[in-house]
Amino acid sequence: MSDTAPIAAQGAGVGRSGRVALWARSLGGGLAPVLTVVAALVALWYLACIPMNASQSVLDASRAGIEVTPASPSDRRGMSGTALALQNPGVALSNAYVQDRPKLPAPHQVAAELWTGLAGAAPTSPRSLIYHGWVTLSATGLGFAIGTVMGILLAVGIVHSRVMDMSVMPWAIISQTIPIIAIAPMIIVVLYSVGIQGLVPKAIISAYLSFFPVVVGMVKGLRSPDAMQIDLLRTYGASRGEMFWKLRLPSSMPYLFASLKIGFAASLVGAIVGELPTGATAGLGARLLAGSYYGQTIQIWSALFAAAILAALSVGVIGALERGLLARMGMRR
Amino acid sequence: MALVIAALVLWALGWTLNARLANGPQAGLPLVQLAVPVIFGLTLIAMWELIVRGLSVPGVILPAPTVIAATFAAQAGTLWQDFVQTFVKGALSGFLIGCAAAFAVAILADRTEFLRRGILPVGNFMAALPIVGTAPILVMWFGFDWHSKAAVVVVMVFFPMLVNTVAGLADTGPMQRDLMRTYGASYLQTLVKLRLPAAMPFIFNGLKISTTLALIGAIVAEFFGSPIRGVGFRISTSVGQLALDMVWAEIVVAALAGTLFYGAVAALEKRVTFWHPSHRR
Repeated sequence: MSDTAPIAAQGAGVGRSGRVALWARSLGGGLAPVLTVVAALVALWYLACIPMNASQSVLDASRAGIEVTPASPSDRRGMSGTALALQNPGVALSNAYVQDRPKLPAPHQVAAELWTGLAGAAPTSPRSLIYHGWVTLSATGLGFAIGTVMGILLAVGIVHSRVMDMSVMPWAIISQTIPIIAIAPMIIVVLYSVGIQGLVPKAIISAYLSFFPVVVGMVKGLRSPDAMQIDLLRTYGASRGEMFWKLRLPSSMPYLFASLKIGFAASLVGAIVGELPTGATAGLGARLLAGSYYGQTIQIWSALFAAAILAALSVGVIGALERGLLARMGMRR
Repeated sequence: MALVIAALVLWALGWTLNARLANGPQAGLPLVQLAVPVIFGLTLIAMWELIVRGLSVPGVILPAPTVIAATFAAQAGTLWQDFVQTFVKGALSGFLIGCAAAFAVAILADRTEFLRRGILPVGNFMAALPIVGTAPILVMWFGFDWHSKAAVVVVMVFFPMLVNTVAGLADTGPMQRDLMRTYGASYLQTLVKLRLPAAMPFIFNGLKISTTLALIGAIVAEFFGSPIRGVGFRISTSVGQLALDMVWAEIVVAALAGTLFYGAVAALEKRVTFWHPSHRR
């Protein structure tokens, strides 16, 4: 792209510099719609808090001695949150965002809890979300690494051996349609009974979940060079190994990264679910379970958002690696 | 020990047979293409049986396939009840509601370019998140019965379905749309006759992703609380009682349900998008 903006750019001649106009235009195309949708979701969330928390709001108010419209609690029991909020608009509005254990915590309550979890406690204390996030992330990362390496190895085998292709590949594809996560509790308990616990069982679940997406994607990628390219290398007299290192492996990279992103997301879900049957000691899954036992809704939501941030950051890192690698290989689209 | 050696011999036999079939002249026949993976699978199961019996692995670590099959047959009534609770009530109803809702939102969002540009990145982002973590919240809101499981499934399938439908509706070329305009087609006619059919491969892609997500959502949500039936409930309680044969039987149920569900959607796709290059012969 040239350094100066074209003079014909929309708004280029009306006081702003051409570059500012271009920037503003790109904003209209990229960021603004996203921000609008996010803002609409947050607004909807705030709005939903009022009817969701209405029954508790009205109960708190009547205990505090304020007049509420169906005065007796038994009359209120059968009413929907919306109806209660409409009959007691003032009380429902003022109490919706200040409860300790709201049915639906408001975004700022979750953000505050998330902030205390991230910055309020030392990263090694069990009250810190960084600690729990690290427990989950280390299991996810270890399992993801194992699953990816095994998946690539199996894919290489499948591409080079017809027998393996015909015997294993249909099972790898079918396994994509099975809720593999169902075996997670069993792996945890069985490994516990033979004396293995802690990081390894969760990592095994994560590895298992990221394994099949990598196999399927990598087989597709290693087969992506077309007949012309393969023929060209044959005319050069390339051996099988050279064909693999110089053609198949480089051209499989876009496929590999696409399946790495899917695989990581699956690994993270595996690690979180793997933490459920261990009795809720450490990790984001344990925070979710403990929160649901004790009705600490804000804690559940903050653990959920911590998991979301973890997933987003990791997928972002994989995406950055992908862009860097593909740019160096001259494959950037 | 003899049984373990028998397992290894069996493995060598099965592999040699498969190598013969795969490298032989009949490798292209559909029958051989089916036979090779079936032989591979049967060999693995037979080896599992022989090794478990040969090393007398305790049933609380790994039950033999015959034991699992016996449990499957003996507990068929319980398994059916769990299947109905988890799949028919939880996963299927959530799948239908979630996909229909995502479809409706996609049609609405598609009318304005601005919304479409906003929804695609947000939806893509949400689809990559561990949404199954909402299960404890939704179980708290909708109670222990199947309603909360259906709600988890709705949230899980919504974003993949939304992103795919929105992307599919944008998949018509300017030439095709111009042609519709020269015919004087209204918005609704263009939608029904051009854009929805063109979006079908994308929509079915979303549906196929959603089949697996629906089962995962329904099963994991049951780990957070359930009435006394359901696949996820039975797995978590049987694991607690170390009744691993029952756990494996439930896993077989989940695997069968997942494969058949996916297969049904894929078969429907083949009938609807017969015109697509990937289905031509």
